[in-house]
This record gives sequence, structure tokens and C-alpha cells, in this order.
Amino acid sequence: MTMKSSTRQVDGVTIVDLSGRITLGEGSIVLRDTVRDLLSKGQKKILLNLADVNYIDSSGIGELVSAFTTAKNQGGELKLLHLTKKVHDLLQITKLYTVFDVKDDEASAVKAFA
Amino acid sequence: MSSTRVSYTLDSTLETVNNAEETAGRMAAEAGFDDEEVMKISMAVREAAVNAVLHGNAYDPNKKVQLAFERTPSDLVIVIRDQGKGLDVGKIPDPLAPENLLKTSGRGIFLIRSFMDVVEIHPSHTGTELKMIKHVRGNADSKEGPQ
Repeated sequence: MTMKSSTRQVDGVTIVDLSGRITLGEGSIVLRDTVRDLLSKGQKKILLNLADVNYIDSSGIGELVSAFTTAKNQGGELKLLHLTKKVHDLLQITKLYTVFDVKDDEASAVKAFA
Repeated sequence: MSSTRVSYTLDSTLETVNNAEETAGRMAAEAGFDDEEVMKISMAVREAAVNAVLHGNAYDPNKKVQLAFERTPSDLVIVIRDQGKGLDVGKIPDPLAPENLLKTSGRGIFLIRSFMDVVEIHPSHTGTELKMIKHVRGNADSKEGPQ
């Protein structure tokens, strides 16, 4: 299954609903292009909803890191929402869980943006 | 139970990465591993295949990836070999070091080591061989180091 992404706006925050696999190739490219497109349009409060992301590899982890740092470097903010157990465990063992701002409730995640 | 061994010669493509992952998942399930272990084994093989295709063979259509699975009574042994310049093991950075945490690559070997019981990397000037072993349940005692 390839990755799909769709965006919606809630109180000034762009929520990106992702589904499928974030892996080397198409999945990573979709994520990269989506985040870069949002930032280029000035949408700098980004919440990645990973509830339907059932698989991620090291390239996908790298793409999440890239999205996080790219947003930050452009004065934006990127948070993660609804991690599946697999993604949660991967971020734990790579010590990235505490690097990202991870939320499990959409409403409070939206409020958490500055 | 005797050993069974299958091997594949694969092109240096992204399709190979996906096929290697799928085949590993099937082999692991057939060997009796549970769903979580199957996921770890298939992910380790995916990462190894990415290294072979992307970093080893650099997508060179003239270079192949060899992938072999061997099921012994105690282990699932997986060997993946590329035809690249040979991985410099000493230059593999620690992805958990604070200065590397925000790097966008360099986690593949770390994940393989996290998910498999034994990992051996044998680089040479004709390529890199990566051997990964997962003990079948009940044979995991050798994961522990000497007491």
C-alpha cells in the first residue's frame, strides 16, 4: 500500500492525515512534498496525523526528522498525532520520541500550537 | 529437523527492497515467529536490502543483490550481499549520539542490530555481506553475552 495524504485546517493549524507506509521511495516523497508545499504557502503550524500509518522504515524516520527540522528552520512548528504502536516503538528505540512533540488528542494538539 | 536454504539473485531496484521485505516476512512466519517478530525480521531485511541496493550497488543495473534464507533447527539465518565498494564499518555513526539525533539518515544498521539476535558485517572490496540471525523461540540463550 502506498502512502496517501490529505490536509485540513483547524483553528489555523494544518492537519495532514497520512495513511499507508512511509518508506524509501514514494511514501517518503509524498511526505516531503506535502510539508514543503505547506511551508511554501506560509502554513507553518503542521500537525501530522499518523493514525493510519501502519509502517515506517529508517528512510521514513529520516523524512519525519527532515520535516520537523525544515519546519523549525522556517519559523514553523510540526507536531505528531496518534502514533501507532509500531511507529511509537520505533521512535522510542531511536530516541526520537522526546525530540518530537507527540500528541494523542487532536483538540489539545491544535491548542498546543503557539 | 534438517536445514532448508533458498537464495535469490535480485536487481538493484526499489522493487527488490519491497520483495526482500515480503519474502522475509513469509519466511519468518513459516518458521513460526509471532507477528511482532515477523515484523522485526522483515524490517531488518528491508533495511539490509536498502543498504545493498542504495548504498552498496547505488542502483547500478549491472550489479546484483544476493539474498539467502536458511532455516536451521535453531535459527533463521539471512544473508544479503551486494557488489559495492564495501561498507566501512568504522564509519557507521551512532544514531543515538546527541549530535546525530536529528540526522535524516544513518539508522538502518542500528535498526537491524536492534531487531536481530546476531548481526555480522563482512565488507570487502568486492562488496558487503550482511549476515543476520534470529533464534527460533527457545533458542535465544546465545543472545546474552558471556557471564
